[in-house]
Amino acid sequence: MIRKKECVAMLLAGGQGSRLYALTNNIAKPAVAFGAKYRIIDFPLSNCINSGIDTVGVLTQYEPLELNEYIGNGQPWDLDRVYGGVHILSPYQAKKKQSWFEGTANAIYQNLHFMKQYDPDYVLILSGDHIYKMNYAEMLRAHKATGADCTIAAIEVPMKEASRFGILNTNPDGSIYEFEEKPKNPKSNLASMGIYIFTADKLFSYLEADDANPNSSKDFGKDVLPAMLAGGEKMFSYRFQGYWKDVGTISSLWESNMDLLGKDPAFDVNDPDWKIHSRNPLAPPEYVGKGAVLENSLIALGCEIEGTVENSVLAAGVVVEQGATVKDSVIMANCVIKSGATVQYSILDEHVTVESGAVVGDPREKAGGIAVLGRNITIGANCTVEGGKILDKDYKGE
Amino acid sequence: MAISTVGVIFSHINDGNLPELSRHRTMASVPFGGRYRFIDFALSNMVNAGITTVGLVTKNNYQSLIDHLGSGKDWDLARKDGGIILLPPYSDETEALYTTRLEALMGITGFLNHRTEDYVVISDCDGIARFDISDIVRFHEEKQADITMVYHEETRKVNSSYFITLSPDETGRVRELKINPKTRGKFNLYVNVMVMSREFLINTIQDAVTRGFSSFGRDILAKNVDTLRIFGYKHGGYYAAVNSIQDYFAHSMELLDKNVRDELFGARDIYTKVRDSAPTKYLSGAKVENSLISDGCLIEGRVENSILFRGVKIGKGCVIKNSVIMQDSIIGEGAQLDYVITDKNAVVRDKRVLAGCAELPYFIPKGRML
Repeated sequence: MIRKKECVAMLLAGGQGSRLYALTNNIAKPAVAFGAKYRIIDFPLSNCINSGIDTVGVLTQYEPLELNEYIGNGQPWDLDRVYGGVHILSPYQAKKKQSWFEGTANAIYQNLHFMKQYDPDYVLILSGDHIYKMNYAEMLRAHKATGADCTIAAIEVPMKEASRFGILNTNPDGSIYEFEEKPKNPKSNLASMGIYIFTADKLFSYLEADDANPNSSKDFGKDVLPAMLAGGEKMFSYRFQGYWKDVGTISSLWESNMDLLGKDPAFDVNDPDWKIHSRNPLAPPEYVGKGAVLENSLIALGCEIEGTVENSVLAAGVVVEQGATVKDSVIMANCVIKSGATVQYSILDEHVTVESGAVVGDPREKAGGIAVLGRNITIGANCTVEGGKILDKDYKGE
Repeated sequence: MAISTVGVIFSHINDGNLPELSRHRTMASVPFGGRYRFIDFALSNMVNAGITTVGLVTKNNYQSLIDHLGSGKDWDLARKDGGIILLPPYSDETEALYTTRLEALMGITGFLNHRTEDYVVISDCDGIARFDISDIVRFHEEKQADITMVYHEETRKVNSSYFITLSPDETGRVRELKINPKTRGKFNLYVNVMVMSREFLINTIQDAVTRGFSSFGRDILAKNVDTLRIFGYKHGGYYAAVNSIQDYFAHSMELLDKNVRDELFGARDIYTKVRDSAPTKYLSGAKVENSLISDGCLIEGRVENSILFRGVKIGKGCVIKNSVIMQDSIIGEGAQLDYVITDKNAVVRDKRVLAGCAELPYFIPKGRML
């Protein structure tokens, strides 16, 4: 019996995503809907299966119910396997141990036994909050070619944003000589994407050392990677060119949705060579009615569009009634925009109802910011929700 | 609650009615409604009634059907016990391939003997409807019927080469059963869905073998209408019999009616093969009205009163009216289509102008480039 997997992926999906406010009140960030039919976690999971990695541990902690249900047995990603496949790894109690995951490194450390049962040569660490397409097999090839102990995927970011990231300072051959976590005065603009490949033995020994260190905050970026560098391990950067977006904020989530629009989109989800797999809605084709106006938009199955939709992303089962307008917005599944209502420059979570004549959000040109409506709420008839407002309760006016 | 009923679906009966679309496939795998195949309706009706075992009788050209069904998981029919069981034709030197429904049933007695369910529901694939099979089985039990045949009140001409009409009395008992009659006004069309107890079906088949019968309709139903307890169950909702390319076109267009859509898709799910298509993208210049659009499409032109299947591309400046465009077809820039049906993977080059009419839509075969 073959019990070995060359590379096991560990996907950190326990984050709260507090900067998404009402959108993550009851669900983990990786379960947030994206691009009309996807959830954020579809991207790393699809990247795994498309890269030939069929063993993935998904580490959950914050509000895991919906994420667990979404992943299920992994069948939508072809990750329902006799040996390997996708496994939900939640915090647990043990005889000598505490239970909650304390940091990214601690989360992986607490699941050493999961990784070790596959006897992997390499471990791929991923996070569940980025939108991108990446062939991890190529990164693994680079990791083997350089003989590195740790390879960090890196992308160039604008210099003025560099202080928001973990910055890699590298030699011309790509080897890393310094790692700075969110530096005030960055020396380079090469940012870590939070995607690491470790040679398994090295990872395991550094995680054990990190766990024994009482001064460690148990974080990869702050503790484990600097410790490896200090220990003289071979660390390389792996340059990624292409679309990569952290969708951890309201504005970046909105922007990334908009990046899907147009004939030559910044990010193409309709790529026959790199399919994005997801759990599919059970719904008939969308119906576009008489008098409907649909421009530059992405529409999922089961929608009923009788009004005007422009520059927007609509998930399954959204209803836009006659005379209603949706513009520059991201509308998640099963929302209803009633006749004469306007939704502009907004993000609506699932099952929101906007009653007749209500106005949600300001025009994008006005600098009011993105309006956000949390799940299952109703905006009363003729009510106005200003731009930048975040609501998670019904609103019927003052 | 699970009902003790096993399903049997005939995937090919009446293939001859729709030669254009069944040339490369069985009736069961004819695409319909933007993202479905005919069999999705028959299968979903069974699954939604709690049936977990469906025997699928095939004859020829069933490759695309097998491809569509896969393991059956998309219908929740990948089961340890039962699920979808393919019943391809069986023959040896002494027997030719079956030609009638009765002969096909004779060929699946092994399957029927192996099952343990009390009832069998038998369905064809050429009718689009939402049948409540649990209610039909309940009716069958209540009436203590030998055979329950589902019918729909029709006024339209039947385009099929073989059909049955029923005349039930006030109790529902069928007193008269006609094959291929001349119809005028209202009549009760048998919709090719029937329920029997498994035991009754097995005995009937065995009896038919010894007597050398060959037709289920003529030799069993019509001959025994006085002696058997045959009951008619009235299906009051939407029913579309697809017996010609004209029927196919007309019933496709009926899906643009919200009432029809709500009845077919509203209450329970219609399951189909999952393709992981991207959402449909509307570009600037797209103008879509009164149309049903599936996922994975890219639309830059005008679409009116039409049905677009998955992955269709409509080029800039196109005008598509009253048409059904099947999966992955590409319509080039500036093309004009009116009353056109394209099969899968058709390509219409830039600026082509094609038109049929409601009575005779222009048909473009699978993979053809025009």
